[in-house]
Amino acid sequence: MINKTVKDAREAVADIPSGAFLMMGGFGLSGIPENCIAALLEKDIKNLTIVSNNAGVEDFGIGLLLKKRMVKKMISSYVGENAEFERQLLSGELEVDLIPQGTLAERVRAGGAGIPAFFTPAGVGTEVAEGKEIREFDGKEYLMERWLRADFSLVKAWKGDTAGNLIFRGTARNFNPMMAAAGKITIAEVEELVPAGELDPNQIHTPGIYVQRIFQGKDYEKRIEQRTVSKK
Amino acid sequence: MLTKEQIAQRIAQEVENGQYINLGIGIPTLVANYIPSHLDVVLQSENGLLGIGPFPTEDQIDPDLINAGKQTITMVPGSALFNSSESFAMIRGGHVHLTILGAMEVSENGDIANWKIPGKMVKGMGGAMDLVASAKNIIVAMQHCSKDGQSKLLPSCSLPITGIRCVKKIVSDLAVLEVDPKGGFILKERAPGVSVEEIKAKTAGKLIIEGEIPEMRFD
Repeated sequence: MINKTVKDAREAVADIPSGAFLMMGGFGLSGIPENCIAALLEKDIKNLTIVSNNAGVEDFGIGLLLKKRMVKKMISSYVGENAEFERQLLSGELEVDLIPQGTLAERVRAGGAGIPAFFTPAGVGTEVAEGKEIREFDGKEYLMERWLRADFSLVKAWKGDTAGNLIFRGTARNFNPMMAAAGKITIAEVEELVPAGELDPNQIHTPGIYVQRIFQGKDYEKRIEQRTVSKK
Repeated sequence: MLTKEQIAQRIAQEVENGQYINLGIGIPTLVANYIPSHLDVVLQSENGLLGIGPFPTEDQIDPDLINAGKQTITMVPGSALFNSSESFAMIRGGHVHLTILGAMEVSENGDIANWKIPGKMVKGMGGAMDLVASAKNIIVAMQHCSKDGQSKLLPSCSLPITGIRCVKKIVSDLAVLEVDPKGGFILKERAPGVSVEEIKAKTAGKLIIEGEIPEMRFD
């Protein structure tokens, strides 16, 4: 089996240059590539474009990259948790494409699956539809959306093996599997890395063909944004 | 006038047995607390879960288990986990029966605006545009008027819209209203102690009043 293992996050992101087009998995702070983000912060690069559903919070996740002004453009569906993001956006320092979440997920899926465009009902009649082709199918209007593909996709899984097969946990799966498929180079960080053959092939969520580099991350903080508890 | 909890409680009366339901952030999330226990329904979370359970106890907290509002949650027995494109496949594919979400404005033809205030607030639409473009039944939970007293039920939305001709029903702090496909808010129920005149005065869009309008009931 092909061995995709790299030593650590620093080695994994070493060749990511300024101006790169990146995808990062995660929903809120759940399932984000914490180790890769930390390694990017150490690099002297800028003008990144990042596809990610959210933009982290001010002092964690992608928010750290924004604070260091490493990001030129975000492609996201919801950025309400990050006040610094909103400030940079309203002042014009940061470009942003806000797109419906299902459209974002499908554009990434399409990128990985070799489908250059598709039609969706989301956004018909809104400013999202401006400049896009509208077509009617069976009496309802749909708009055309194009695929998204990345130079590098940074994903986070629960378990992985040296062949790049990935298993996710809970709702930390979210955008990670589609992004893994949509990256020219996909870097997977996992909580537990095992030799190929140890994971049950029936349980694999992302087959290793989509992953070029894998390493076992460390010191996962897994910060919780909204700690809601019930008594008893 | 209803509290947020009472709006959620009234909306819970709309829930039917066997439904798959998506609850938006804010008041809609509270609806889960009032769904009668004899109904078998499944709550969908757009970030990849069917079967949202109650908030966890301290020792159950799991950072890998959150809802669309990024709150920690639990799963009920029989839950299923999936990725984001699968999640929106079930939303756009019409498999979710009922969507409950908040709004800044609703127009009398059922347009909804809830994602952007130009120059002031840019949070993004999240999954709202996919949901309103596809759901079979959409109920809006909202305050009837803004904080400075302006009606949020309008002839047409002034804010950038999220979806067109999609809202079926509105439960506000003052009333339950249905959207007439021909245009207009049909007044169905009043909040306890709120008069038809007050609702009329606070509804800027066309209000349709037919016969006696009963008060909401909370049994």
